Amino acid sequence: MRKDEDMTRLGSVEELNIYRESILAETDPNKICVRICMSGCRAYGAEEIRVAFNEEIKEKGLEDRIEIRKTGCHGFCSRAPVIIVDPKGIFYQQLTVDDVEEVVLETLVKGNIIDRLVYVDLKTGKRFPFTRDIPFYKEQTRNVLRNCGKIDPTNISHYIAQDGYSALTKILSTMSPRQAIEIIEKSGLRGRGGAGFPTGKKWHFAQIADNDTKYLICNASEGDPGSFKDRALLEGDPHLILEGMLVAGYAIGAKAGYIYIKAEYSLAVERLKTAILQAEESGLLGENILGSEFSFEIKVKEGAGTYVCGEETAILEAIEGRRGVPRPRPPFPAQSGLWNKPTNINNVETYANIPSIILNGVDWYSNIGSERSKGTKVLSLTGKINNAGLVEVPIGIPLRKVIFDIGGGIPEGKRFKAIQVGGPPGECIPESLLDSLLDFGSLETSGSTMGSGVIIVMDEDTCMVDIARFFLMLAEDESCGFCSPCRLGTRQMKDILDRIVAGKGEDKDIELLTILERVLKDASLCGYGQTCAIPVLTTIRYFQDEYKAHIHQKMCPVGRCKINYNL
Amino acid sequence: MTSSLEIATAGQKIDLNRLESILSKYYKRGRDALISVLQEVQVEYGRIPQESIEPIADTLNLFPSEVYGVVTFYPQFSLTPQGKCTIQACRGTTCHVKGADKIISTIENTTKLKEGETSSDLKFTFKTVTCVGTCALAPVMVINNKFLGKLYPKKVADILSQYEKG
Ligand SMILES: Cc1cc2nc3c(=O)[nH]c(=O)nc-3n(C[C@H](O)[C@H](O)[C@H](O)COP(=O)(O)O)c2cc1C
Ligand code: FES
Repeated sequence: MRKDEDMTRLGSVEELNIYRESILAETDPNKICVRICMSGCRAYGAEEIRVAFNEEIKEKGLEDRIEIRKTGCHGFCSRAPVIIVDPKGIFYQQLTVDDVEEVVLETLVKGNIIDRLVYVDLKTGKRFPFTRDIPFYKEQTRNVLRNCGKIDPTNISHYIAQDGYSALTKILSTMSPRQAIEIIEKSGLRGRGGAGFPTGKKWHFAQIADNDTKYLICNASEGDPGSFKDRALLEGDPHLILEGMLVAGYAIGAKAGYIYIKAEYSLAVERLKTAILQAEESGLLGENILGSEFSFEIKVKEGAGTYVCGEETAILEAIEGRRGVPRPRPPFPAQSGLWNKPTNINNVETYANIPSIILNGVDWYSNIGSERSKGTKVLSLTGKINNAGLVEVPIGIPLRKVIFDIGGGIPEGKRFKAIQVGGPPGECIPESLLDSLLDFGSLETSGSTMGSGVIIVMDEDTCMVDIARFFLMLAEDESCGFCSPCRLGTRQMKDILDRIVAGKGEDKDIELLTILERVLKDASLCGYGQTCAIPVLTTIRYFQDEYKAHIHQKMCPVGRCKINYNL
Repeated sequence: MTSSLEIATAGQKIDLNRLESILSKYYKRGRDALISVLQEVQVEYGRIPQESIEPIADTLNLFPSEVYGVVTFYPQFSLTPQGKCTIQACRGTTCHVKGADKIISTIENTTKLKEGETSSDLKFTFKTVTCVGTCALAPVMVINNKFLGKLYPKKVADILSQYEKG
């Protein structure tokens, strides 16, 4: 495959197509390639393993025959560090540096499978040497994540080889902005940042806003604790996000876009900056893209912490250099956003959906998903679950399937207790409701609060009152303090929950919490205050026995809360 | 607040040349550059020195109070000096469910620091964060940008003792 240095500025759609063909012609599909995750697996020694592979290959003079590739996340994070060996797709897990020599000699050279490193299904005891057969992967539909774990995210030609930037060339050569928006509208795509607002509609508002200057923002602040899907996408396939933004920029008539990214995501920032530079050098970003009239630039803005800064109007304040406090709406950003110009804001995963919709069309896309919500959703599946990791499924899948088939159930033979879905504004869902379908909305509307796609699994050792208290502690901490219902309400609720877990709860507390939740919902300025007490509401609804045990019997049923018996 | 700040920074004159070379890149840029400037200053000095606030305000044509307001709003910025080693323990939801409280108390006991504190020898700063995005390896901590996962108290104590030695 070509090196980046060969890359010259592409002056037309035709030149990009020729370039893609030349990359493909030079690619040997049967070449042995070790794909090593350089995202999450780094926390478990993946970098050291990569170095060991490189040294081993060099020492044995195999550099021409074998490629060691740095990729994004393979998804199966609980088995970290993970490698996949092409062309057969052999899956090795929990590797150490000590395994490397054997992998090179046995698998890469002789083609043998090393049993010890193969995934064994916990339920059936069956061995699965190949990625495609492993139940964790088999039940997924990987569209947005299709390149994640496959390509080297620091090499633009890898992305181009996978039909990258074809959606851009398609709209540039065959579509008006209006037509592009129509496709997104008809596809049924809804925003993946949490609220599920129809994306095409949002673009339409920004497009009809009458102004010569418009902006685009990619929301990469990923504030929901437990969520890492945006990070994985940015680290594993950054050009996909750039391409999605380019399509959006073309559609609404913006010339500049910002990616507002969480402070802790330094690797993602690095990957993005590399990708932007490569795209600029290739003529895929900047002035007169691929020789067309369309010009677009993208800048990365690093956030400085705080959860509320993920709210869209707070992002506007932060990019303008102010305290990240939400603005009252209306006016909506589509009318008056960044520097009072019409601005379109979408989540990372929303942009990541765009290229495939443009390329494969409305019918293809709307065949995936539920009645109300089309496409797939990337989930961050963690907690007390065997197969923790990054998962992509069609919207509308039963939650039970996600937890027990893909997720492989609860470790150590423990009993399932609940899942918390959708981050801080999400519901705590008990076993009896696990047949609900993954969707936007809430359990009352026969969906679940899918939100940003965080699923945290809790087992019998988890105290649900403690979980409610945890979310309120977070809420109190992260409340920006601007409006009083949120600032004071979260504090009051947290104090009550503190009392309950300390064994000082009173009869009236449950009712008081319910009332306060309603006040927050009705009177807070932004979505944060309005939704941050939902975990309390749903734990009261589904796990009231646990509250009552703390309040009346002064005991924590799972023995987690340290109740003071001297009371 | 102010008094403890003055104590913490008293007697430490900052090297204004380093500030100057950061600011020179941002002349007349205006408010939208403020957070980027502060991020650079924070990295350069390990804090936002009191003496830097007025020059920053002048450069970007803002009131010092506006700069101060932004500094105190975002958790990334600190007015007091930070330790050589910053320990960030995650207390996000997944880490909480997987026992972050035990990790946090191990750090507190080993370093004798409470959350937000810096040791007097400026060796360690201990902070907590809500999710660093490696939740599948929970519980997690980050030491100077190195991610450490699947922690348990003994592992934490071992790691910290390595850093203690330097
Ligand atoms: C308190 C709060 C925090 C939010 N945090 C995020 C976030 O971290 N990432 C995100 O994409 N959206 C977040 N949102 C939603 C955004 O305001 C906005 O709806 C979203 O970025 C729109 O993009 P989408 O339509 O593509 O989902 C948050 C909203 C609220 C109220
Ligand atoms: S909750 Fe700790 S890393 Fe995400």
